[in-house]
Amino acid sequence: MIRLENVSRIFTVGDQQVAALRDINLSLGAGEYVSIMGPSGSGKSTLLNLIGLLDKPTTGIYRLDGGNVTDLNDEQQARVRREKIGFVFQTFHLVPRLTAAANIELPLMLAGVTVEERKARVAQLLQNYGLADRASHRPDQLSGGQRQRVAIARATVMRPSVLLADEPTGNLDRTTGGEVLKLLEQLVEQNIALAIVTHDAEIGARATRQLHMLDGCIMSDEIRRT
Amino acid sequence: MKFADTLQFASGSLRGSRSRTLLMVLAMSIGVAAVVILTALGEGARRYVIDQFSSLGTNLIIMLPGRTETAGLTPGMLLGQVPREISLDDAQALLRSRAIKRIAPLTIGTTNISLDARNREVAVLGSTSELLKVRHMDIGQGQFLPASDIHDSSSICVLGAKIKRELFGQRSAIGGWVRLGDRRFRVVGVLATQGESMGFNTDELVIVPVASAHMLFNTSGLFRILIEARSRDAIVQATHDAEQILFQQHNDERDVTVITQDAVLATFDRILRALTLAVAGIAAISLAVAGILIMNVMLIAVAQRVREIGLLKALGAPATQIRNLFFAEAILLSGIGSVAGLVLGEIGTRVIAQIYPALPVAAPWWAILAAFGTALGTGILFSVWPARRAARLDPVMALARS
Repeated sequence: MIRLENVSRIFTVGDQQVAALRDINLSLGAGEYVSIMGPSGSGKSTLLNLIGLLDKPTTGIYRLDGGNVTDLNDEQQARVRREKIGFVFQTFHLVPRLTAAANIELPLMLAGVTVEERKARVAQLLQNYGLADRASHRPDQLSGGQRQRVAIARATVMRPSVLLADEPTGNLDRTTGGEVLKLLEQLVEQNIALAIVTHDAEIGARATRQLHMLDGCIMSDEIRRT
Repeated sequence: MKFADTLQFASGSLRGSRSRTLLMVLAMSIGVAAVVILTALGEGARRYVIDQFSSLGTNLIIMLPGRTETAGLTPGMLLGQVPREISLDDAQALLRSRAIKRIAPLTIGTTNISLDARNREVAVLGSTSELLKVRHMDIGQGQFLPASDIHDSSSICVLGAKIKRELFGQRSAIGGWVRLGDRRFRVVGVLATQGESMGFNTDELVIVPVASAHMLFNTSGLFRILIEARSRDAIVQATHDAEQILFQQHNDERDVTVITQDAVLATFDRILRALTLAVAGIAAISLAVAGILIMNVMLIAVAQRVREIGLLKALGAPATQIRNLFFAEAILLSGIGSVAGLVLGEIGTRVIAQIYPALPVAAPWWAILAAFGTALGTGILFSVWPARRAARLDPVMALARS
């Protein structure tokens, strides 16, 4: 489903060229559960941003669902992000003035979905994630775990095929983090491809496929047999 | 994204920062209100002047002795002669012109008016029965000077409303006798209260036949002749005829001045309109300042909401949508500000109208449209840059901002 072919990403810092990713080749299938690990600056987040179409490769080709998405214009890329990709962030990134329900509704609103369908889908997700009684609370009235659950609900409300999570448990305590991970893993069972960037080897080990990165290269790519 | 959603999202972010929104609306509304009130004042002044002139009469031409534009010396002036006066016959001769509908000769003087023990100084106007129509006066009681020969010097008079009140009180004045100077006059009528117009208070005036006034003041020349042209189109012809007739009457000498009311009116109209525009222009500067303020605050809003913008991009909002969101905010802000300003301006105009009832203050429609348009325009114009800046943000950087 996802194919990166000889992808490099080079940043220009001052007059120096810094390669964040070097000649990456990677394929990810539907419903695959992959963790991306490695030290800071190894290119984990850049890889995630490239897959999420928030960033463009300097060289190489990115194919998503068979189509080349490397050279799409802003409008087209936004559409792909909207319809196929969900993001979960370490700092949740909820809009502070909007209620939990309105935050979840945001992608549907951007996509121009009708109000009735929006309400129905949001209500369903609030129910699924045990947030029904928190629907009209603002983010600052929610606990960390609740905030991340709202964020996951928002990431999945458009029914994406890929879910990208950058340190999703980084700001949560162990127990809550574990619950959030379970939620994400349930999504894998629904045939969503999940990529988690993490520092934590223990969390990384839960994934069926583990990538280790160093200096912009994939050092190891292991598939855990269960 | 739907239009309604864009508006709702934008208004939500406006509500999210209340004090910022209130301050911007205030700045915008003060600008709009300033334009509305100042143009209303200017327009009021213009209409006041025009009304005053119109109350003098319609299609009016005024003739006065002497020629102001005559340059240099004439032999007569060396001998101490004043310009030749305009006689009653001269006035009568004017009616020869087909373009002239009616004339009213005027002689003015002051003298004492007395009834029994009451007496006061009064302005006496000598004229004919035509004055009533030429000057658009209204008679309150009795009748005006009867139509008669211009040389008729009968001892009758018409009193101004205030003079009547002071001399007769509540009693009827019609048929009563008053003493003007050394002659006795019978009161035939009382003018309706009209108040002041162009410095002439008809309430404190006594009107007598022009020939009687000449005897009273021992003169034979007229102060003015009011000429009413047959129609608006005939004014030019009437002016020309009047000059020509007086030229012949005065043995081929041009020694009178003819002023048309229209010319004076047009000049005032031009001056006051220019003044109104100038004042409105100055007020519009405050709108431009409000626009710059909007730009400034929008830039701050973009900087404050970098993370939100990054998030919207990650959720699939293209650059154009982000730009539209900020545009919608600016339009809402300046729209609300404009409406508030129009309300404020309307209130201000009403207050001024209460304080100066004589001044017909009302903002002309073009000023209201211009104020509204300028406010919306500056709001949108000055949000172009902030909106573009928001749209161009790099989502990776924006999301990473803490």
